[in-house]
Amino acid sequence: MLELLELQTPLFGPVSLTLTRGECVGIAGPSGAGKSSLLRAIADLDPHAGTARLDGRDMTSFTPAQWRRRVQLLPADPEWWLARVGDHFPRRLVEAARRLQLPDGVWDWPPERLSSGERQRLALLRALAREPDVLLLDEPTANLDADNVAGAETLIRESREARQVCVIWVSHDRGQLTRVADRRFILRGGRLVAETEQACSSSR
Amino acid sequence: MQFVSLSPLDLALAAVLIVVLAALSWAARFAVERELLIAGARTVVQLSLIGLVLKAVFAHVHLLWISLMAAAMVLVAGREAMMRQERRFQGWWGYGLGTLSMFVSSFALTVLALLTVIRTHPWYQPQYAIPLLGMILGNTMTGISLALDRLTQTAWDQRRMLEQRLMLGETAMEAVARIRRHAGRSGMIPVINAMAAAGVVSLPGMMTGQILAGAPPMEAVKYQILIMFLISAGTGFGALVAVWLGSRRLFDQRERLRLDRLSAPKHR
Repeated sequence: MLELLELQTPLFGPVSLTLTRGECVGIAGPSGAGKSSLLRAIADLDPHAGTARLDGRDMTSFTPAQWRRRVQLLPADPEWWLARVGDHFPRRLVEAARRLQLPDGVWDWPPERLSSGERQRLALLRALAREPDVLLLDEPTANLDADNVAGAETLIRESREARQVCVIWVSHDRGQLTRVADRRFILRGGRLVAETEQACSSSR
Repeated sequence: MQFVSLSPLDLALAAVLIVVLAALSWAARFAVERELLIAGARTVVQLSLIGLVLKAVFAHVHLLWISLMAAAMVLVAGREAMMRQERRFQGWWGYGLGTLSMFVSSFALTVLALLTVIRTHPWYQPQYAIPLLGMILGNTMTGISLALDRLTQTAWDQRRMLEQRLMLGETAMEAVARIRRHAGRSGMIPVINAMAAAGVVSLPGMMTGQILAGAPPMEAVKYQILIMFLISAGTGFGALVAVWLGSRRLFDQRERLRLDRLSAPKHR
């Protein structure tokens, strides 16, 4: 279970939110509203006021590396720095890679050979391979075609069901959030506003 | 020791060369004649002043005066090391980091050499202490500023990679290890090259000066070897300390990459 308590930086907040195990919260909002900053603060990558707790334990009671391994942030534009794609993985998720339509030999490719869509799908696998308790997703399917969007959504849903992973899913695609999220919010003026049915229907 | 003493006229003849060069620069529109003449004038004034200061310090052998002079040298070198960095740490760190690293390595090595190798009486005999410290400082300054410049610039260029590695659960020191190695190496390469080329490609300046001033070549060579080792050790230790402290300063206690602690580069 993930709790955000009065989390705040100059770019957003304060934000308080509690996610139960396996829950997915969707966050939409205009660009520049601080969605990515919110995810960065939860992963403890930026200085912030307030705190976050995992299963009742404060983030400061973990080492920063432990916290970030358990609370994986998947950035919008993931980086690859080692010689081969497979070097970035503690273990290869071969079956999941096939389901995301990645070529079998992709593990031995140099990262420069990857398309932006392949980068994004592999980055999702790279985060899942670390078996996190929380996934923070920043536009995780922005570069994918329709088939792969569906594949990624399914893979994330299965992680939630099988391993009770909590997910905070940031997207500008309201339709996608309606499909994947249990609760939806809009980050507006730095605050989380619950998306009501009325707001949903008026935005369509 | 026999040596030819230079008269003011001898120096004036050499100065004519600089004036001729300035005239050529003006004729060829290189547009550096102004800087050339100013730099030439600064050489004369600064070296004459330091000559007078050394003369005074040599005449009054007192630990206080020598300490004051040494402190001034380290502070100026620290400022110079800071100015040579494109992206430096903001606030006191920008100045303190280089100065502290330089102080630790240069001072320690100079004192060590005076006490154990040269063994003058008193150990702070300024004729040995000041030139020794000056030479070690000059080279250490270059090494430290190269290492810190490489560290901060590479961290800036590769900030997305650094943060990605943090996101995947690496510690700050794991994420920055490769950048640290490169920074340390780039601080030490110049002295390694200088040692490898000594006597083959170039005659080191100190040795040349001693020979011109009438010292026997083998004596000059022995001093040059000592100086080379001290310089290399000073530069190496200084670069290690600077990179060690600097790479820690790039992250805060929660191991977040804090590039807001670096100043923006000046546009040239």
